[in-house]
Amino acid sequence: MKENKKTYWKGLEQLTNDPEFVKNADQEFPGFTSKSNQKEDGSSTRRDFLKMMGFSVAAASLAACEAPVRKAIPYVNKPVDINPSVPNYYASTFSKGGDYASVVVKTREGRPIKIDGNELSPITKGGTNAIVEGSVLSLYDEARLRAPQIGGKTAEWSALDGELAGKLKSAGTIKIISNTILSPSTNRAIKVFADQMGDVEVITYDPISNYGITKASETYYGSSVLPSYNFDKANVIVSFGADFLGSWISPIEFARQYAQGRKISKENPNMSRHYQFESTLSLTGSNADYRTPITASQSGLAVLALYNLIAKKAGVSTAGGGNLELNNLSKAANELWANKGKSLVVSGSNDPNVQVVVHAINELLENNNKTVDFENPAYFRKGDDSRMNQFVKELNAGKVGGVIFYNCNPVYDFGGGQAIAAGIAKAKVSVSTSEVKDETASLVQYLAPDHHYLESWNDFNPKKGVYSLAQPVISPLFSTRQAPESFLKWAGNTTSYYDFIREEWQANFAESGIEGDFQSFWDKCLFDGVYISESSEEGEASALEAVGDVATAAAAIGKAYQAQGSGSELVVYTKVGIGSGAFANNPWLQEMPDPISKATWDNYLTVSQKWANENGLKMHEGATKLATVSANGQTFTVPVLVQPGQANGTFGLALGYGRTAAGRVADGIGVNAYALINANKGFVEYHITEGVSVSLTGESYRIAQTQTHQTYMGRDFVVQEATLGEYKEDASAGRYHPEIYKDGEFVKPSKISLWSGHKYSQHHWGLAIDMNSCIGCAACTVACQVENNVAVVGKEEVLNRREMAWIRIDRYYSSPEGATSNAELEQAADNPEVTFQPMMCQHCNNAPCETVCPVVATTHSSEGLNQMTYNRCIGTRYCANNCPYKVRRFNWFKYHDNKDFAGVNTPQNDDLGKMVLNPDVTVRARGVMEKCSMCVQRIQAGKLTAKREGRKIKDGDVNVACAVACPTEALVFGDMNDSQSKVSKMLKVEENSTSALKEVNEERAYHVLEEINVSPNVWYFTKIRNKDKNEA
Amino acid sequence: MSIKRSILGVSIRVCHLLVLIFLFSGIQAYAVDPEIPDSEEAISAGQSIFNANCKTCHRLDQKLVGPALRGVTDRRELDWAKQFITNSQVLVQGGDADAVALFKEFNNTVMPSHDFLSDDDLTNLLSYIEYGDKADPAAAEAGATAEGGEATGSGGGIPNEYLTIILVVLVIVLVLVLVVLGLIVSVLTKYMNKSENLDEDDKEFINQKTDYKGIFKSDGMIIIVTAIVLAFVVKTAINGLYTVGVQQGYAPSQPIAYSHELHAGQYEIPCQYCHTGVEIGKSANIPSANICMNCHMHIQNVEGKEGVSPEIAKIYDAVDNNQPIEWVRVHNLPDLAYFNHSQHVAVGGIECQTCHGPIEEMEVVSQHSALTMGWCIDCHRNTEITTQGNEYYDKLVQLHSESKDALKVKDIGGLECAKCHY
Repeated sequence: MKENKKTYWKGLEQLTNDPEFVKNADQEFPGFTSKSNQKEDGSSTRRDFLKMMGFSVAAASLAACEAPVRKAIPYVNKPVDINPSVPNYYASTFSKGGDYASVVVKTREGRPIKIDGNELSPITKGGTNAIVEGSVLSLYDEARLRAPQIGGKTAEWSALDGELAGKLKSAGTIKIISNTILSPSTNRAIKVFADQMGDVEVITYDPISNYGITKASETYYGSSVLPSYNFDKANVIVSFGADFLGSWISPIEFARQYAQGRKISKENPNMSRHYQFESTLSLTGSNADYRTPITASQSGLAVLALYNLIAKKAGVSTAGGGNLELNNLSKAANELWANKGKSLVVSGSNDPNVQVVVHAINELLENNNKTVDFENPAYFRKGDDSRMNQFVKELNAGKVGGVIFYNCNPVYDFGGGQAIAAGIAKAKVSVSTSEVKDETASLVQYLAPDHHYLESWNDFNPKKGVYSLAQPVISPLFSTRQAPESFLKWAGNTTSYYDFIREEWQANFAESGIEGDFQSFWDKCLFDGVYISESSEEGEASALEAVGDVATAAAAIGKAYQAQGSGSELVVYTKVGIGSGAFANNPWLQEMPDPISKATWDNYLTVSQKWANENGLKMHEGATKLATVSANGQTFTVPVLVQPGQANGTFGLALGYGRTAAGRVADGIGVNAYALINANKGFVEYHITEGVSVSLTGESYRIAQTQTHQTYMGRDFVVQEATLGEYKEDASAGRYHPEIYKDGEFVKPSKISLWSGHKYSQHHWGLAIDMNSCIGCAACTVACQVENNVAVVGKEEVLNRREMAWIRIDRYYSSPEGATSNAELEQAADNPEVTFQPMMCQHCNNAPCETVCPVVATTHSSEGLNQMTYNRCIGTRYCANNCPYKVRRFNWFKYHDNKDFAGVNTPQNDDLGKMVLNPDVTVRARGVMEKCSMCVQRIQAGKLTAKREGRKIKDGDVNVACAVACPTEALVFGDMNDSQSKVSKMLKVEENSTSALKEVNEERAYHVLEEINVSPNVWYFTKIRNKDKNEA
Repeated sequence: MSIKRSILGVSIRVCHLLVLIFLFSGIQAYAVDPEIPDSEEAISAGQSIFNANCKTCHRLDQKLVGPALRGVTDRRELDWAKQFITNSQVLVQGGDADAVALFKEFNNTVMPSHDFLSDDDLTNLLSYIEYGDKADPAAAEAGATAEGGEATGSGGGIPNEYLTIILVVLVIVLVLVLVVLGLIVSVLTKYMNKSENLDEDDKEFINQKTDYKGIFKSDGMIIIVTAIVLAFVVKTAINGLYTVGVQQGYAPSQPIAYSHELHAGQYEIPCQYCHTGVEIGKSANIPSANICMNCHMHIQNVEGKEGVSPEIAKIYDAVDNNQPIEWVRVHNLPDLAYFNHSQHVAVGGIECQTCHGPIEEMEVVSQHSALTMGWCIDCHRNTEITTQGNEYYDKLVQLHSESKDALKVKDIGGLECAKCHY
């Protein structure tokens, strides 16, 4: 039985038991008015009556006439590889700036419709994140440039090339501004261009900069490298504000490693321990075992303090100024020291001085080339903030003759963006290769739009020895040209970029001494998507020698940071869904609830509960107040969101919003936090500690949060958790075993049933969800949306609680006690624990929805699925009312081909956007219920392939979209009737059982709401926190 | 150039397909005579090989894509013929005069190699070419109709016209019975009236008149009549509603007067030759113009006519102008229903004709089946599953073995909603 008396709460309104919240929570469908012109009281108007009449007449006449003539138009010359209705898969690579993922693209009739991870990649290992999943839609973005432009007017490529070739030659000094370039061939193409033009310099910056690390490596070790990190090899992880699971450097890779180190079982009851010291509650912080909120002005000192603690143990002289005392810090230091060589300290700071100290700590802990790998450096971030800063000055001084913005948007996403905007006109020639006419591109003279990455050839070198290829999966939709090819063209080189890449690879192939011919080598690389150079694996270990010293860095830190801040500091952070804002014009990402705040479609200022109490702000269900924020000479008005876990005295504001030229989805949402960033310190600093003022304007505002929409009505034990110590003693620690009184004794709920039960003779599909692995990153929610044509409904409808997501990630805060007074609330919200629980249709064997449907539109299959038949549904919504998990979604409107939703639901309204729809899944009509189908289209396809090949279905033949997308393998799908399947082994299902009620022997596995015995086919594994035994 | 190349690609793949069909047909050749044997076994073995590999391009007595073949052994050396069949390009490139001439005559069309045929196979093939059925096309036609008859016959039950006749005869017989009964009654009445020993009651009973008016005006009658009329109207209305959207018999005219009767019927081109997707995917595929061009590069007209047929010219136009042919869809399933051809054809082994009707007799294709959900479900209720040799079904067969009935589609979830609706 559960011993601790934790209180779980989805939002502050639930914690305080707000009467309004309770009222709304009672209703599955609160009475919000409809979008159309209905009367205030919700009754029908005369006009509605006439419309209904009109509909009946139309329906009657429609029935009388013949069906429209439909055409079947085959190819003239069918490509050999394309068979209509049969999907093709191509390995490719997603890369934007330094963000990298090796992917497999699913195409139908030559249209890419889904991105999956590439399992062959040694970096991303088959994982994706929300941005990668959503990137397929940016291919079909209406905002994309259709053709090159000269001076704002559409032009021909030949005209553009003709004008540019001459102008660039005579421009004098040319600067190419770019985000991190991972492609060796692109670099070579730029070199060809530079050789031709003479005075060319490539200046690299990154919107989310990690310049601090490379600069620190340079000062401390003498070479500016970004090491690879191995979170899986660390027993103790200490992170100072590095959101490595959400947005820091290579989150997909790190998430996989991190989860690897935290997968536990009875046989291996060990997991890493994770400390986080941060200001805003990040995705990473919410997964930490011990989290300490610190202010931004303390962040440097905290790292220094840890250094001193470690240095004392190591017998090295300590640095001055580092005596800040923080909760958990000395505990962390002790454990780091005890796990020398198996620990890892990272910091999200972009301050090179802080990173020098971090390097020094890892060196003292002997982590170098174990968990911090300098031998196999990563190339994800090559940005040089100080050079970029200098460029801004040069540009404004008129020293730059020509400037080419290569797929970057510094006017928007660089700290000195406004200065660049002002200076562009001073350059003689300005060119942008951006795909859309973004903030920077709309200021330049020449637009030479690049292909989308799914239309491009390219190669990438994300890490030493690891290469990957990108190949086009669709012909270019518009008259665009790949930027490297443009560089070649302007240099007078007419080689196609494809040939150019092959040249490079052929040359390297000849040197490598690999056996076989180049064509087969190339074909294999293209098929795999990745190539791992073997020579690098046996690279000689070069001893790292510290050339810099900690004392200088410590002194600088001592000056820049204070133990007691001003009490009003601003931290600019990166959201998991929106990221740097480059993909902001993607409605899937805009509507994806932020993993922590669960807010959609908005940028807001996160404040602590303490600040809210002091300023008389009471937030419930998104209803909040606007505030005026002044910092760094800028003033904004933003809504305020009370965020549990936010460090007192700090505010948080996310990057990626406030776009003005991204497209109609993103434009005008939120404010641009880049404008607040100070880039003048020699590095881009993502926090402001001085001169920040925040005051409420008194104006009301509503943030569209999804979290409070569905609640369990106080039923406990939805989340079951234990500490590692408890788990080691008892594998079923934290489990709740409900019992029901019957005939004089207590029995398991499954022993009492009205139903005789199903029998699954062939398959019994099941899903196991390890809450210990789920980091809440929401890659699954976007993957599901893409796979199943789930509609985007827009902010207004999210406010009306009508979001359509089939899978949501419930985020529960937990604190020792409930709260009724403000003071208690403050305490509870100060630093709560967080649990993530993916929630989708549980495919119950005793499904409550099935028994209440009056038209049998929802039924049970012989394979354990709860089926939803849209064409039979008449929209009574009884099923949703009767669903204990609140996972059914009702189509209140026709979301497709509806001008009211055209601005948000672009995949179902734009002619271009519709190309992304999955042709195997119905686009649902108005008035029907929908929900997770367990990707039945994939199940059917997998079964059919097996049948066609005359064999049994193998584990892995069928996998659901959410499980495929998951970077941490938290979701495992499979056939529970197959004793060899991964899910059966995980659950320890008893063999040879065809009954619906499987005996599951895994102690951690439980059903949510087991006591009502709906017998789901989705199992959850208890969350285990690596805390000392009696700490709850 | 590219079109030619891909045509080549397609024809090579078709050959592979044919090879597969051949391999699975399990025919063993056993002739030993070095000269061409004329035994029936050899001829029939040869015919199978011919049908599987050659028929797409060759006829015995008719020039098609390739030459008419009968008498080839008289015209050429036996070894030469075998070598040419095995790999004609070896001869052509080797500069053999006859081979080069042939190659030129037929527009440099490369005959796919048949190196998988053994020497015995080749001998059998040649014996079929030599002695095979003299009335080749006629026989083919007869075969086609026979097969077609089988396909339609499989519907079972009594044909409609017989039912009507039976009904009419039944009505006539019943009317006659009625008349006879009436006569008997009147005769009996007369006879009874004549008899003397009857009291008043009896007389009244005998001579009673039926009060038809009363019956018609009685409540019961009105209720019954109203109910019957109402039932009839409702039934008609329901029937009418059920036909909404059902387009059985829909036979739109197509942009090209393509005849399945000619291609599938007379020439027996297998359906899969053009509808390439039928065994691999959801769509059977309307053939792309390049598939038409495989044959129509050479066949420009129906036999015996001069010049390019105007209908075939439309294909050439399409290819020359790179303009796809816009066929009119005959079979339109609603978007809410998922149907996969390969499930039914490749896995279930269902004949095309089961759903599409006697397509090989259709000059213009019409929708043969209702394509309603009832129609789908009926078939799923009644169709047995071909489980043999398919490991996928092993467990189901084993679990079903206790049952006396055969394993049908409905038994493995074939009636469930999410099999077709998602």
